[in-house]
Amino acid sequence: MIPFVIDGQLVEGREDANILEVAVDAGVEIPHLCYNESVKPYGACRLCLVEVVRKGKSRMTTACTYPVMEGIEVFTQTEKVQRARRMIIELILAMCPGDKLIQDMAKELGVQQVRFKQEDKDCILCGLCGRVCEEVVGANAIQFAFRGDRREMLPPFGGEAMNCIACGACVVVCPVDVIKMKEEADERTIIRWKRALKMKQCKVCGNYFAPWFQLEKFKEKAKLPKDFFDVCYTCRS
Amino acid sequence: MTRSEIDAMIDRYEAKESSILAILQDIQAKEKYLPREALELVGERLRIPLNKIYRIATFYRAFSLTPRGLHEIQVCLGTACHVRGGVRILDRISTELRIRPGETTSDRKFSLDTVNCLGVCASGPIMVIDGHYFGKMSPAQVKGVLDQFDADKRESLNGKD
Amino acid sequence: MGRINSPNELEQFRNEILSKRDPSQPCVTVCGGTGCHASGCHQVIDAFKGVLQTSLKGNGINIRVTGCHGFCERGPLVVIYPQKILYQRVKPEDASKIFEETVLKGKVVESLLYEHPVTSQKIVHEEEVPFYQKQMRIIFGNNGNIDPTSVEDYIAVGGYRALPKALFTMTPEAIIQEVKEANLRGRGGGGFPAGLKWESCRKAHGDIKYVICNADEGDPGAYMDRSLLEGNPHSVLEGMIIGAYAIGAHEGYVYVRNEYPLAVVNIGIAIEQARKLGLLGKNILESGFDFDVKVSRGGGAFVCGESSALVASVAGEVGEPRAKHIHLVESGLWDRPTNLNNVETWANVPVITLNGAKWYTRIGTEGSKGTKIFSLVGKVNNTGLVEVPMGITLREIVYDIGGGIPGGKKFKAVQTGGPSGGCIPESLIDLPVDFDRLTEVGSMMGSGGMIVMDESTCMVDVAKYFTNFLKDESCGKCTSCREGTKRMHEILMEIAEGRGTIEHLDLLEELGWVTAEASLCGLGMTAPNPVLSTIRYFRDEYREHIINKRCPAKVCRALLQYRILSDVCTMCGRCAKACPVEAITGKRKTKKEKGEPFKIDVEKCTKCGMCFETCKFEAVEVE
Repeated sequence: MIPFVIDGQLVEGREDANILEVAVDAGVEIPHLCYNESVKPYGACRLCLVEVVRKGKSRMTTACTYPVMEGIEVFTQTEKVQRARRMIIELILAMCPGDKLIQDMAKELGVQQVRFKQEDKDCILCGLCGRVCEEVVGANAIQFAFRGDRREMLPPFGGEAMNCIACGACVVVCPVDVIKMKEEADERTIIRWKRALKMKQCKVCGNYFAPWFQLEKFKEKAKLPKDFFDVCYTCRS
Repeated sequence: MTRSEIDAMIDRYEAKESSILAILQDIQAKEKYLPREALELVGERLRIPLNKIYRIATFYRAFSLTPRGLHEIQVCLGTACHVRGGVRILDRISTELRIRPGETTSDRKFSLDTVNCLGVCASGPIMVIDGHYFGKMSPAQVKGVLDQFDADKRESLNGKD
Repeated sequence: MGRINSPNELEQFRNEILSKRDPSQPCVTVCGGTGCHASGCHQVIDAFKGVLQTSLKGNGINIRVTGCHGFCERGPLVVIYPQKILYQRVKPEDASKIFEETVLKGKVVESLLYEHPVTSQKIVHEEEVPFYQKQMRIIFGNNGNIDPTSVEDYIAVGGYRALPKALFTMTPEAIIQEVKEANLRGRGGGGFPAGLKWESCRKAHGDIKYVICNADEGDPGAYMDRSLLEGNPHSVLEGMIIGAYAIGAHEGYVYVRNEYPLAVVNIGIAIEQARKLGLLGKNILESGFDFDVKVSRGGGAFVCGESSALVASVAGEVGEPRAKHIHLVESGLWDRPTNLNNVETWANVPVITLNGAKWYTRIGTEGSKGTKIFSLVGKVNNTGLVEVPMGITLREIVYDIGGGIPGGKKFKAVQTGGPSGGCIPESLIDLPVDFDRLTEVGSMMGSGGMIVMDESTCMVDVAKYFTNFLKDESCGKCTSCREGTKRMHEILMEIAEGRGTIEHLDLLEELGWVTAEASLCGLGMTAPNPVLSTIRYFRDEYREHIINKRCPAKVCRALLQYRILSDVCTMCGRCAKACPVEAITGKRKTKKEKGEPFKIDVEKCTKCGMCFETCKFEAVEVE
């Protein structure tokens, strides 16, 4: 365990930990959007900025990507940090004025007004959906495309996400809740990725419990017997 | 390109994942764009998921997912060319051909792109068509240069190059 | 010549080459650099070939197409040996005259000589041309002496002398020490001491290490690396081999941007040639050292000039940079220790190896040793590539070498460092050029682009131009850079189009601050520089745009008014014909009609400037 200091408080973290996760465990609040413990730290939103003093030099860095090191001093509430955080959330709010979470965070961080022309995007480009899809699920259905201010999370060629197994992980992980899923009779749709999949019916209870395509993928990957998913999870237990 | 041609090209690069950029550049050079089928095949052979390939194809300016024109025009908008009026050259071409940067004429004769620096700064403003460089351009010269490449209007090819 | 198996054999080969060359034999050299290419050098080359073929006396006279000479403004450039007579702005029709008069009779063709702008004196030899006088072309000089596709030419001028010295008489540590003592700082823009980088890489854990040459040269207005790689690729290669030996790397990559096809070809040829001679590959010169190089092409992304993005691109990914606290020298390409240096930095290595750090440190200032190649472009008389000792002043570069501002216009600023740099105003024109001094005044050395601006350049427009560039080139990952450059550009557009408010200036400064502090990589961190430096030195110009809705330099179209002077107008009607929106009315003067002066309808006018350009009588006024 590696000891270091956050806001004057002595803490310790595992060797491969980052500052943000140690801070969260220690009860120190650092606002963040693109960090989620199920995937690798990304450092896109820039909200978790902190000042780190190491070997006498101070630098501004994102807490989620900075590894814990012995002897570092982390400051989460300096004036510089607060000023930067306020501007960042104001920029995100200008991009996505309709997102409730962003509105709340902005209010909390003291943003009184948005001084930029408001756009009407909803996605904050945190990348969590794509990262989960790649690192956790392995479906690789969506990815960032284009660059700069044209950056967008899309399925290839922008149409239907052909690799999507409609597991719903992206729906759950999106911090601003802009990926919606609906189920109607025997069909589940991930609306944002234009993916509608037919569901399989349980041989025992008759409920539609998961998309065919998804179950086929699981059987393929885990080399399961053909009839493995004929009975749903509930009925099996 | 046929499937076997693409396969052969991938083999030349030993189907290495890191050669994806070079492979896409070769396809772009031959086809003047990246056809979807080609990308799907490359993804299969290199074992790269299609969403990653799409990401690469849209990130780098060298690639186009829609067919480019027969003649590709590039106008340099690097700082030196900008200071020497590069935007005026671009505007004149846009007016003549009725297309904006990134677009192709409806008859597929010309496509227009801007480039952020071609490295010919001392001779700016620069216009390049099909690899032919035209330096020290002025808006008045644009039509003459374009006509050289328009087969219908061409009389004799006596370029500045 | 097949594989060379020892330093002695290499020297023998060199002597063989030299013995076959007669320096007194006439030779026609034509600059084949891209600048001259755009001015039509290929037709000049073809013309000479034609003349030599058809003339009975053409036998035995060589034509050599060389690398870039640097004096791009005056291309196509031809130098006749053995007298080293320089002809400038040569046309294909001049070839036969040059052949008859100079090559055969040794006489000078006066009309093609460079003429001194002040004394009107005709100058015969290249070195005497004022453009070259204050330069110190220790790196770039050989470009004009060699055909870049001939390894024999490179060897004939002393190339591949440093390599055997390094491999056979110096230890890797000794080489690193030499480079450290020479204080070779990265020429790509960062200015980081190369020796320290090499040392860290050598010490890093792991048997597999890489060296990379960054030839992405994305700064618009900078083309030094292009000319070096196209014009003298072996010099870069030799530097890389020496560096790899010092670091302990056996594999290298040259990452060339997509927009430089000729550079890709020429470095490819050089690599093949070096391999054939055994100067690259397994057991180089039988020293026991293995090293080989591959060429990797960029895909058209400025951000790939950033080290971590470049490394990602070589690995076949998108050029998204990663956090800076993981050093490339410890974990870079494929997580292995990687040493990345710029083209010009590598080209300095053979020079330092051969001549030693003591010699090298005699050139330059305390903190910046050696020379720097700049691309001097924009509103300056002698545009081209110049190599000068560090410490020379901006005034000397712009006036003594550059020949001052064309058209008698007034100097306004010099932009250095590309999109990461800033504008330096006239008050600082006596600034000695070196890494630290440039950073102190709010700009930076950058890769070497030096863009001269005069009174007809609008600084608001310059800031707008750069933020537009950065906004397009940003990879888009981090909020601060993506949104920061976007919003800075948006505000600058407002100002340039007459909708600026005084609060905008404060907002720009605040946005700039956040973009610099919060961004992930160098692109974002330096993105505000063009904006902040122009506000710093040209605040009044911004205020003029905001308060008086005026663009003093007459560049920002929305703030211009086009007017036809009725007493100058000849009523020819050309302007009305040229106007794309039919905003000009009047009556043409003919034999029968008296005519009426033409007038512009200000409401319809789109400020395109066509009328201004079309009028042959200067009757259109812009204000």
